[in-house]
Amino acid sequence: MTVIQVDGQEYEVESGANLLEALLSAGLDVPYFCWHPAMGSVGACRQCAVVQYANEEDTQGRIIMSCMTPVTDNARFSVATESATGFRESVIENLMLNHPHDCPVCEEGGECHLQDMTVMVGHHDRRYTGKKRTHKNQYLGPLIGHEMNRCITCYRCVRFYQDYAGGSDLSAFSSRDRVYFGRAEDGVLENEFAGNLVDVCPTGVFTDKTLSKHYTRKWDLQSAPTICVGCAQGCNTYTSERYGEVRRVNNRFQKDVNGYFLCDRGRFGAGFVNSSKRIKQAGIRGEDGLYQAVSLVDAIARIRDMIAGSQHVVGIGSARASLESNQALKNLVGEDNYCNGMADIEREMHSVIVDVLKSDIATPGMREVEDYDAILVLGEDITNHAPRLALSVRQATRNRASEMAAETRLALWQDAAVRELAQNSLSPLMIATPTEDRLDDVATLSTRLSPADIARLGFAIADRLRGNPQSGSDAFKATVDAVTQMLTDAKKPLIISGTSTSNPDILRSAANVAAALKESNKDTGVCLCASECNSIGVALLDNQNSLPALLASSPDTVIVLENDLISAMTTALQQQLASIKNLVVLDHLDNATASMSSLILPAATFAEAEGTYVNSEGRAQRSLAVFSPGHLGAASQIDASYHLLDAIAEKTRTSSEVRAEMVAQSPHLEKVISAAPSEDFSVHGSKVARMSHRASGRTAMLADVSVHEPQQPIDADSAMSFSMEGVQQQAPASLRAFTWSPEWNSNQSILKFQETVAGRDRFGESGALLLDKSQPAMVYDSTVQHTGGLIPQHHIFGSEELTCHAEELASLMPQLYIKMNSHAAKQLGVTTTDGLAYQAEAQTLEFQVVIEESIPDDCLVYPLIPQTRCLTGLTDAPLARIDNWEPPAAPVAAQLITTDRAN
Amino acid sequence: MNETPLTRNINPEKGPTDLIAYEANGGYQAVRQSIGKVDPKEVLNTIKESNLRGRGGAGFPTGMKWSFVPDASDSGHRYLVANADEMEPGTFKDRLLMEFDPHQLVEGMILSAYTISADTGYIFIRHEYHAAIKRLREAIQTAEDNNYLGKNIQGSEFSFKLHVHVSAGRYICGEETALLNSLEGKRAIPRAKPPFPQVSGLWGRPTIVNNVETLCNIPHILANGADWFKSLGLGDDAGTKLYGASGRVNKPGCWELPIGTTGREIIEQHAGGMINGYKLRGFLPGGASTDFLIDEHLDLPMDYDSIMKAGSRMGTGTMIILDDKTCPVGMVANLEKFFARESCGFCTPCREGLPWVKELLDAIEAGEGQPGDIETLQRQAQFIGAIGNTHCAHAPGAIEPLTSGLKYFRDDFEAHIKDKKCRYTQEPGQ
Repeated sequence: MTVIQVDGQEYEVESGANLLEALLSAGLDVPYFCWHPAMGSVGACRQCAVVQYANEEDTQGRIIMSCMTPVTDNARFSVATESATGFRESVIENLMLNHPHDCPVCEEGGECHLQDMTVMVGHHDRRYTGKKRTHKNQYLGPLIGHEMNRCITCYRCVRFYQDYAGGSDLSAFSSRDRVYFGRAEDGVLENEFAGNLVDVCPTGVFTDKTLSKHYTRKWDLQSAPTICVGCAQGCNTYTSERYGEVRRVNNRFQKDVNGYFLCDRGRFGAGFVNSSKRIKQAGIRGEDGLYQAVSLVDAIARIRDMIAGSQHVVGIGSARASLESNQALKNLVGEDNYCNGMADIEREMHSVIVDVLKSDIATPGMREVEDYDAILVLGEDITNHAPRLALSVRQATRNRASEMAAETRLALWQDAAVRELAQNSLSPLMIATPTEDRLDDVATLSTRLSPADIARLGFAIADRLRGNPQSGSDAFKATVDAVTQMLTDAKKPLIISGTSTSNPDILRSAANVAAALKESNKDTGVCLCASECNSIGVALLDNQNSLPALLASSPDTVIVLENDLISAMTTALQQQLASIKNLVVLDHLDNATASMSSLILPAATFAEAEGTYVNSEGRAQRSLAVFSPGHLGAASQIDASYHLLDAIAEKTRTSSEVRAEMVAQSPHLEKVISAAPSEDFSVHGSKVARMSHRASGRTAMLADVSVHEPQQPIDADSAMSFSMEGVQQQAPASLRAFTWSPEWNSNQSILKFQETVAGRDRFGESGALLLDKSQPAMVYDSTVQHTGGLIPQHHIFGSEELTCHAEELASLMPQLYIKMNSHAAKQLGVTTTDGLAYQAEAQTLEFQVVIEESIPDDCLVYPLIPQTRCLTGLTDAPLARIDNWEPPAAPVAAQLITTDRAN
Repeated sequence: MNETPLTRNINPEKGPTDLIAYEANGGYQAVRQSIGKVDPKEVLNTIKESNLRGRGGAGFPTGMKWSFVPDASDSGHRYLVANADEMEPGTFKDRLLMEFDPHQLVEGMILSAYTISADTGYIFIRHEYHAAIKRLREAIQTAEDNNYLGKNIQGSEFSFKLHVHVSAGRYICGEETALLNSLEGKRAIPRAKPPFPQVSGLWGRPTIVNNVETLCNIPHILANGADWFKSLGLGDDAGTKLYGASGRVNKPGCWELPIGTTGREIIEQHAGGMINGYKLRGFLPGGASTDFLIDEHLDLPMDYDSIMKAGSRMGTGTMIILDDKTCPVGMVANLEKFFARESCGFCTPCREGLPWVKELLDAIEAGEGQPGDIETLQRQAQFIGAIGNTHCAHAPGAIEPLTSGLKYFRDDFEAHIKDKKCRYTQEPGQ
């Protein structure tokens, strides 16, 4: 630690930090713009100026930028002296010369860092009387709005987009007071993390269009801490609601998981909650084949009758449903009649992941991934399947830069200087995937192999690490040698794989590489990316029973929990399901399985129900309900699946009672309880409020229905209230609805909840790692069993079942294509202008042929989107060339620049 | 007659000095005598002893700058860059050296590179210097053909590849770290220091950036010794200096004179005095980004410390003269317009502050100034002007003519605001 003196008071601060970080960590308010806790310092905005004194005699001191000044023992500073405050006020005054002061119509208003900093420095008079510079705004796609006139040129956007996220289509243009941040031409921002621009921009240049379309001020939103259901990484989010609609999702800092950033699927994918396809009513299929809306009571009674009249009742769970809902189903149908809803191949893959999670090999979270100095990716399309992890991998490649900086005694927070020093020097990243990878630009070695060959590569590397003799072609052996060398040269090697190619052999090979490295005493880590937001949770809950086996056991009633089985099934299984007498479905959205049901119940989404999800690293995290669907006048039937299932079982339980039962039956899940406090938690006897104390309209929102103020809905499941009443701060992170602190209205207020900048939460972390990691690592048989050449290509927008129903993401889904190399095309007798048809029972899929030479021989790659879910698990599919094929016209979306008044 | 080592080969009427003429006059002698024969450390000592100070404007001791380059501990590249992006308004001294004696710069760079173990050099040259670009490229080719450049120079172990890089044309590229970013193909934004380019410069490697005139001195110091060089200066500073004068003098131009020559001698003797009917009102001693001095400073020696003590900077040593018929407000407004336009746009005080200053000055000059404008200018000057307030030295330099203009010509500013018009008939630049 280092002791510094600030305005006569001594502070103990972290050695090696910059002064700004030290001051903020000490709880002092110092304004800043260009510095960012995850992106370091560049000294552009000059806002964090303080005065440094040379010694005790020095009374004048000199202005320094605190973000660019390292703390040294006994250094003397003043934040409060007039020359410092005057300078900081001048910075704001000058920044505001061209700012339009359009706060009343700006989406950022009320949570604007620029507003906060302006108030903080005390600048209130406009002395500049000249004309303001204006810019033309751009269309940046359906997700992000652009209003350049508000820009204060802090350079955070390009530093995030280019330097941190590896994007290339957002740049700083022009110079002097005309610097412009945008694209070379209008168009959809290409980077998968572009949404973070909304967060990193300290003012309203980059705004969330999905919020703008039904805009609500921050203080009027009802919010809750949620877990993203977009993939298995378990990013922490705040989801916010008004008038019964999800209005937006934004980042919730969790230092070990997502830190300060989300991917765009997570940020913009929650729109499915508002989808017109939502099932809002219980329905029973009548004689005429049509559904009849019925009361929940009648529907539940009918299900009880069905069960009573059945010999054999089967419950099919879901990897996208909470642990609580799966547990309630398991309890309803009995352990032997429950399966977790995963196809056999999924079950096989997740059992490997669970084994690895239980083993003594480190299975780092996304923050920790950044510390590994060599990474091997086997088969996993990280960017499209576990997107946020890709951002961490990108940072990990900069460990070489960190080493170089240390050699030059350069502080890591000197962001620009470290990048200039290191230039293109990167830590090794080796990627073996079937298709081109978004991380190829930072990879030392990228190789395109079929899934089977990737597994062979993994097994061969593991063998090579153990010193066993090699076989295979010279090129293959050379790759094995190169990868092995880089892994053995590393101090902390990391192996990443996952389920994106649906090939369990790859996962086993990855586990073997990690085990072999661990044997050679390397500080080894392994990250295996699971399929869905709760795949690991349900695999831990119960991974015994096979879905096809249960369906084949002649059940007369099948209860399907939040799982569109039909879409992802082979025709044979579909027919089996269709022949079942009573098919009861609980789900959010109308889908193929729901359409086949005899009875349907409206299940709450993550936004309406509390639930626990377990991410790829085995971290159980609680997602709180954001709003009660029933609170807007009309009663809603939508309820948490575990409540609906409990009702069938004639039980009324809170979520924590369901969890208690689960833990009693499955003691290895004990820590699920500690992921977040339960409903009996309180702060000074109060619940935790979901709304800000400024939330307005409580009495007016429903005045068109009734002038009487309705009672606020009760949340029996959690320690939070659907109200502005209760404590707002001082709650542990797992119960905090939003970050706000006096004078800190923007997302930067997270500072006030951290023990040190980017550090632990002052009021308690959220989530709990479930597994004690005591088992010795397994070494798997290296036989390659799965050899299909039909490969799903994941897409960040489209491959996840729910988020692709968010309107904006749906518009960004790829068209149907099938990719192959020219050799394969020749064999099929097709060229790029042709179409290929896949004919299944009920539907025909038409694919556009795309020739990409990097695709391995004998591989056909198709996009995993809703229409193609029926191909899941197929290793081969009959494809026929379509004569005189015409590609379908691409849908043309209106390219609205929402901030251009002319539009 | 004074010694003029830098310009001895220069006769604009004869055109550029070719290799034969250059060698005939002792050119490349220092290369032949030093490369592979004298320990680079010894060369460095000679440069340190010579008290050569950087001629680009800052006057930093060249030997000391070079000594910060770490010992070559790895096999990576090390770079030498000649800063030939001469964009300081009123400055045209490097152009003279490059256009008429290109081999002198090439030789200076070979010797400097040898001293710091650089294997690659760049001449980062102003876009508009077409003739110099052409002649330097020819000189480099000739030098390569004669084994002064390239592999194993003059049979030694030392190899040095020299390139000419034509700037895309921004004033800020004259700032050495912005120059490096520009050379790397990035935005011309200055870098934070530390780390200094000597440690992490071009492509993150040890790099020395020197002004053209500085580098041109090296062969002469090595050929004639440090004591000879020190004897050339009139005062504490060593060597000769290319001084220049522009404005309403009879013979605007550029002359190599002993460093420490007075402003009066430069204006009255070499520039032929003021044009009839014009009186000297003030002068910017070293280019547009230096503080005004006035006639009482004319007898000061034009060296780094004397000019600093008088409240200005010697800068490039090429003075711009303000006469009594040109409006000082207009002149300052014109300068600030230039500097505001040339801001890289990275840090707030410079990017936003300079345009505000420029707008106020334009308004005052146009007779639209308001009471309080002078105070705003002073406040802005203080905000922008102190080293450390901004990311680099551009804005502090830019503000110097304003601060000193307000000090010496405040009456004019006040009169413009009070009378709502400019009383001068002469437009600046006419």
